[in-house]
Amino acid sequence: MTDNQNRSNKTKAMATRAMLVAVAFVLSWLEAQIPAFFAVPGMKLGLTNLVVLVALYILGSKDALGINLLRILLVGLTFGNAFSLLYSAAGGILSGTCMILLKKTGRFSVTAVSIAGGVMHNVGQIIVAMIVLETKALAYYLIPLWASGIVAGAIIGILSSMVIKRLPKSIAE
Amino acid sequence: MTNTKETTKKPRRADILLIGGLIIALGIAALVLNLTKSSGDTVIVRVSGEQVYSFGLDEDVDMVIEGKDGGTNRLIISDGKAWLQNATCPDKLCEGMGKIDSSGESVICLPNEVVVEIHGADEDDVDTVAK
Repeated sequence: MTDNQNRSNKTKAMATRAMLVAVAFVLSWLEAQIPAFFAVPGMKLGLTNLVVLVALYILGSKDALGINLLRILLVGLTFGNAFSLLYSAAGGILSGTCMILLKKTGRFSVTAVSIAGGVMHNVGQIIVAMIVLETKALAYYLIPLWASGIVAGAIIGILSSMVIKRLPKSIAE
Repeated sequence: MTNTKETTKKPRRADILLIGGLIIALGIAALVLNLTKSSGDTVIVRVSGEQVYSFGLDEDVDMVIEGKDGGTNRLIISDGKAWLQNATCPDKLCEGMGKIDSSGESVICLPNEVVVEIHGADEDDVDTVAK
């Protein structure tokens, strides 16, 4: 009996995580369909961060990290190339780590964590671009990207806290 | 699941400090960049980090830059401003970056790894400052 229950819990946990990876994957694709109408490369909404935040608050740090890495790898291999993979990995890992640490302190709201994550995502991408292109001139882009990170982070943060509130607690079991 | 409960609370002090800090940092960075902005006089073109061309900002230039993997961008320098046109990359973001003329500004085409930077007479390299 307990053995069966254990197994079914494991299956459920696996299905939940797989579903979140799938949602992140679809959101990445969706975001790529929005034409880049901003003059600064890298300015985007970061829809997939919604999934990372939901995973972080409902499942925990380890799952959020795993789902995020899987998503980056999957999207990079499917839609991108080594180049875009490097950028999204740098942005995703820096922002993911930052959000996990901020959440761990327990002092910040989802929106604040998301804003910091949005900014750090763009900072990570600029650092990689500076290394790849060997130029410091990119520091100029830090300003519009920092600002867009705050705005995008706020939007995604508010959306995420709404989703987190509405999702049934049982999803985490 | 105390965290989900916390999210419904009103803005917290820590939140205001964090978001305020991020906005202030942005303001300071923008201010510093604006104050240190000086008119440039040299256009440096780099491909994959290596300097391939250097022009005076007062020159009239219209040429094709060969970037990484055969991609090209057309560089135009005219009326003391420099910009990129006719990029072969699909996103064409560099074309939207506009015309640059201040020291430290740049137009970048990431797919072709083409960087066009403006350098000033007074700033130059860190080495000269360190002397």
